[in-house]
Amino acid sequence: MTYEFDWSSIPGSLPFLWDGMKISLEITAQAVVIGIVWGTLLAMMRLSSIKPLSWFAAGYVNLFRAVPLVMVLLWFFLIVPKFIETLFNFPPGADLRLSSAMMGFALFESAYYSEIIRAGIQSVPKGQISAAYALGMTYFQAMRLVVLPQAFRNMVPLLLTQGIILFQDTSLVYVSALADFFGAAYKVGDRDGRLVEMLLFAGAVYFVICFSASQLVKRLQKKYSPA
Amino acid sequence: MGYQWNWGVFLQPSATGDDTYLGWMFAGFKMTIALSLSAWILALLLGALVGVLRTVPNKTLAGIASAYVELFRNIPLLVQLFIWYFVLPELLPVSIGDAFKQSNPVMQQFLASMVCLGLFTSARVAEQVRAGINSLPRGQKNAGLALGLTLPQTYRHVMLPMAFRLVVPPLTSEFLNIFKNSAVCSTIGLLELAAQGRQLVDYTAQPFESFIAVTISYIIINVTVMSLMHKFEKRIAVPGYIGGK
Repeated sequence: MTYEFDWSSIPGSLPFLWDGMKISLEITAQAVVIGIVWGTLLAMMRLSSIKPLSWFAAGYVNLFRAVPLVMVLLWFFLIVPKFIETLFNFPPGADLRLSSAMMGFALFESAYYSEIIRAGIQSVPKGQISAAYALGMTYFQAMRLVVLPQAFRNMVPLLLTQGIILFQDTSLVYVSALADFFGAAYKVGDRDGRLVEMLLFAGAVYFVICFSASQLVKRLQKKYSPA
Repeated sequence: MGYQWNWGVFLQPSATGDDTYLGWMFAGFKMTIALSLSAWILALLLGALVGVLRTVPNKTLAGIASAYVELFRNIPLLVQLFIWYFVLPELLPVSIGDAFKQSNPVMQQFLASMVCLGLFTSARVAEQVRAGINSLPRGQKNAGLALGLTLPQTYRHVMLPMAFRLVVPPLTSEFLNIFKNSAVCSTIGLLELAAQGRQLVDYTAQPFESFIAVTISYIIINVTVMSLMHKFEKRIAVPGYIGGK
């Protein structure tokens, strides 16, 4: 006798699953935006000639890259909220845990973005920044008007690919009890005793989204890469 | 701040009485190492095979290899792990599935985690191996064929010895990743380092000490692996290439 599939819990739970997917997408979008902004600042600090800034950025990036995402999420879910509550005398009712976990996720991904952006900045020829200085620009003008626009154009495919990886990583917020898409699918499967179907369904949904997105990135890369 | 630091907590006898909390941590540490190393061996073997297949002229074989890579790269690790652990035993023939479900629970968790991490990482290893083979000058393959070697012989004696040495540096980062990714296996109850950390928080009520200790353990693993691989990379570097002697 083999396993008998019963997919009937899926149609009824679609609205619930969609709510979960919205949370996954929201976490992804938030982490991508924070990751790119904070990652750019970190990359600029790392490449800066001011030693303490460069040490701070190197320490930050190396620390986050040495620790598993699961650990980072647990830190920000279990430990950081307690710390903040005692530090700022928060009313005990306020639940910081979910926003803290989302913040931890974004801070973690920033370290990875910063490495991509650093490589992107370093790929811009040195003459560009010398030329900007020769025109009388300050450091920040040169960065904003000359270096970063070129760096970002080179990095677009890598940033998007990292976005896909990040979207997959969001499933790990499972450890913090945030009801993302995977958490929702697991809950439905657990409730109806149809874990097999729901897990396979969740896997298929992730596959379709990530595979199509990565094919799109590939096409984009072909279209815009210098032939 | 009202927090009472107590680093001595690690030396206290644990709740089950047969060990100290430091012993729990060390057991988790050993589990993380054992899991990551065994999964890494699996990933290297499968990844090398799939990576080579992606470069062969046979369209069917290359297609299967490419589907394998896409499958394992586009599903989150956590989902894959749950599928290995919760779904697969149900879909196997009943006798095998039951044998699995009746075996030692730690063995079940370890097996599912090892296969999951191994296959997940093998798809990434395969991509690096493929890139390594494709980065070889085309003349190497042609020269091998011109000397009368068959295609498998050319792979075996000309291309692979070069390609495997070239992919060592990019594989280092995959090797580091497998230790970090092993923390995901705490979600199915495998008592590796991250899971022991959570357990310590519950039992000792000293969350800071527990998490700091676990985090430092991961950093130690990371630094050790990196310095070992750096030595290995130097020994194996191909003269004449950037990074070679």
